[in-house]
Amino acid sequence: MIFGEAEIQQFLRLAQRGTEEKEREGALVSLRRGLQCPETQQTFIRLEGSIRTLVGLLTSNQALLQLEAARCLHELSHSEQSAVVEACLPATSYLLTYLSGHSSDFIELCLYTLGNLIVESEAVRRQLLPQGIVPALAACIQSPHLTVLEALGYALSQLLQAKEAPEKIIPSVLGSTLPQHMLQLLQPGPKLNLGVAVEFAWCLHYIICSQVNNALLITQGALSTLGLLLLDLAGAVQRTEDAGLELLACPVLRCLSNLLTEAAAEAVGGQLQLRDERVVAALFILLQFLLQKQPSLLPEGLWLLNNLTANSPSFCTSLLSLDLIEPLLHLLSVSNVVSVLVLTVLCNVAEKGPAYCQRLWPGPLLSSLLDTLAFSDTEVVGQSLELLQLLFLYQPGAAQAFLQQSGLQALQRHEEVAQLQDRVHALQQTALHG
Amino acid sequence: MQLPPALHARLAGAPGSAEPLPVERDPAAGTTPFSFAPRLVRFPREHDFFEDGDVQRHLYLQDVLTQVGGAPERPRVPEFTCQVAGCCQVFDALEDYEHHYHALHRNVCSFCKRAFPSGHLLDTHILEWHDSLFQILAERQDMYQCLVEGCTEKFRTSRDRKEHLVMRHLYPADFRFDKPRRSRGQDFAVDSRIIWRTDFSMGDFYKALSISPAVPGAAEQVLAEALGDDRAPSEGDAMEVCSEHVEPSPEPAGERRAYSHRIPSTICFGQGASRGFKSAKKRNKHQ
Repeated sequence: MIFGEAEIQQFLRLAQRGTEEKEREGALVSLRRGLQCPETQQTFIRLEGSIRTLVGLLTSNQALLQLEAARCLHELSHSEQSAVVEACLPATSYLLTYLSGHSSDFIELCLYTLGNLIVESEAVRRQLLPQGIVPALAACIQSPHLTVLEALGYALSQLLQAKEAPEKIIPSVLGSTLPQHMLQLLQPGPKLNLGVAVEFAWCLHYIICSQVNNALLITQGALSTLGLLLLDLAGAVQRTEDAGLELLACPVLRCLSNLLTEAAAEAVGGQLQLRDERVVAALFILLQFLLQKQPSLLPEGLWLLNNLTANSPSFCTSLLSLDLIEPLLHLLSVSNVVSVLVLTVLCNVAEKGPAYCQRLWPGPLLSSLLDTLAFSDTEVVGQSLELLQLLFLYQPGAAQAFLQQSGLQALQRHEEVAQLQDRVHALQQTALHG
Repeated sequence: MQLPPALHARLAGAPGSAEPLPVERDPAAGTTPFSFAPRLVRFPREHDFFEDGDVQRHLYLQDVLTQVGGAPERPRVPEFTCQVAGCCQVFDALEDYEHHYHALHRNVCSFCKRAFPSGHLLDTHILEWHDSLFQILAERQDMYQCLVEGCTEKFRTSRDRKEHLVMRHLYPADFRFDKPRRSRGQDFAVDSRIIWRTDFSMGDFYKALSISPAVPGAAEQVLAEALGDDRAPSEGDAMEVCSEHVEPSPEPAGERRAYSHRIPSTICFGQGASRGFKSAKKRNKHQ
């Protein structure tokens, strides 16, 4: 609905000075409908005193007017125009103040409004930090209301995603009690709520991939919590057809993968969690789920598998003992990116030596490799060649079998490709002359 | 992608893993022209690898956000009145009542009936407005605490604190929950039988309600007078008590020190909400 200046002024006047409570509320409801429309938003912010009046109503002693005024602000916060969003700046100190109140609906609304404002404007973020948004959120995260928590997670995730977050925001978040509470809310168990967990898993992801102080998160038990959560997810995936689980799987896979690259992860690696082969079982159950529900997330799952197996004889052994090589090979036809990752994981296993290659042989591996050699993608072929070298080196009979299956012809195809030719020739030599 | 049937059982089984096979590397592995070495891979923010998952996240949020903020269809109930003594607000939805209660009755100063959005602000108010010991200490040391949670700065005067809020924390200069007390001696809950005097200018409409008269009916008179004026624009003091008269809770005579005189948390929403107040009412009746 497009309202002009005169109509907006009328609504505001009625809201402020009306005699009947219902009348005042009704005026704000009408105003809110208008503010769903960008033109009305523009007219509103250009009207002198309009925001001031709205903020006055937001802080008035009439609770229902407060609520309606907050809803009007919420509409404004949806705007993609920075002028509209920045017009809301006078309200932010109050939105933050109300986070330590008790009315869960109202707090939820304030949080979503803050989250929206945060996304759209660096000016808003620059004001919110000194106004104490981090301590305010840290206090609010102790709320028992799931709707509040989900809204808080949303607002925080937007704050953490800001481009200046690694320098200006994440350090103070890490210095607060927020990470501990976030991890608590990600603990698997009967109290785990999917909507809440999704938000905080994304928050963790933004913190972790910014690489500010991941060691701290590890000391707070992030690896352990996320590992258990992965197991829980795999269990949930088996039980239900819940479409939302991939929304949680994605950030969890990312967090775990990145955390595993931290030196501090080595130290906690001694804890059973990281040697626990249930993690591998869980990951494959999730890979199967992703293949059906969201194949574009397969690379993320395989990324974790790479980081689990790269330096771990234990997990490489698990892949073999749990019979997961064949399922892994099934993924080779999904996409080039997926194929490269699958081959990389296989290389992780093979490079550990003869005991491992022996368990990779015979089986479907050879025919899968001959298939991948038929790909045109250079990276896929290149990774296949690397794997072949390892197999020829560690597994007697591999080269022979390769020759017998017309491997040389498969190699010939790539003799002229710049990135591949040296390796192709080397393999040809090895196959022919041992 | 067929998973071995034993896998699901393994997931449900005990933690642990099989003994790792022996590792035995040949130095020729991964040497030129080959290059493979197992590597941990790390992806930083904004990496292209994250694009697909990020798009899904974005779509999910768009979905969620369109559902937020519109006034949901509240189940309507037969009209009922707020149970707090003296409040005659009427409701036809429980959620509306919940917000009203939390906004106006939950963190209320029992001296001056002002309502605050949080326990923290209420505590600060009681300390600064109604605690005589505070006033004494404030003459000698910095007692005015910054209102921003997490900031431990203290100040000599409320004016200094305001300046800090504005300069350091970018708060508005007219922040509603940081009103300075007008003058000394006015708001002390020393003896409820003393009548305080206040000015009744238009802007002080709400201030008028901070009187705790000993003479019943005096507040109503004040109220009636004030209501005759043009109601101050909502730029007036916010979070004052709702405009109906609220019975003062009687204080023992001569009590100087004000401890946490909040409305007791025995008020529970929706059930016997009048518990704490009814008894006060009864007490007054028998006096």
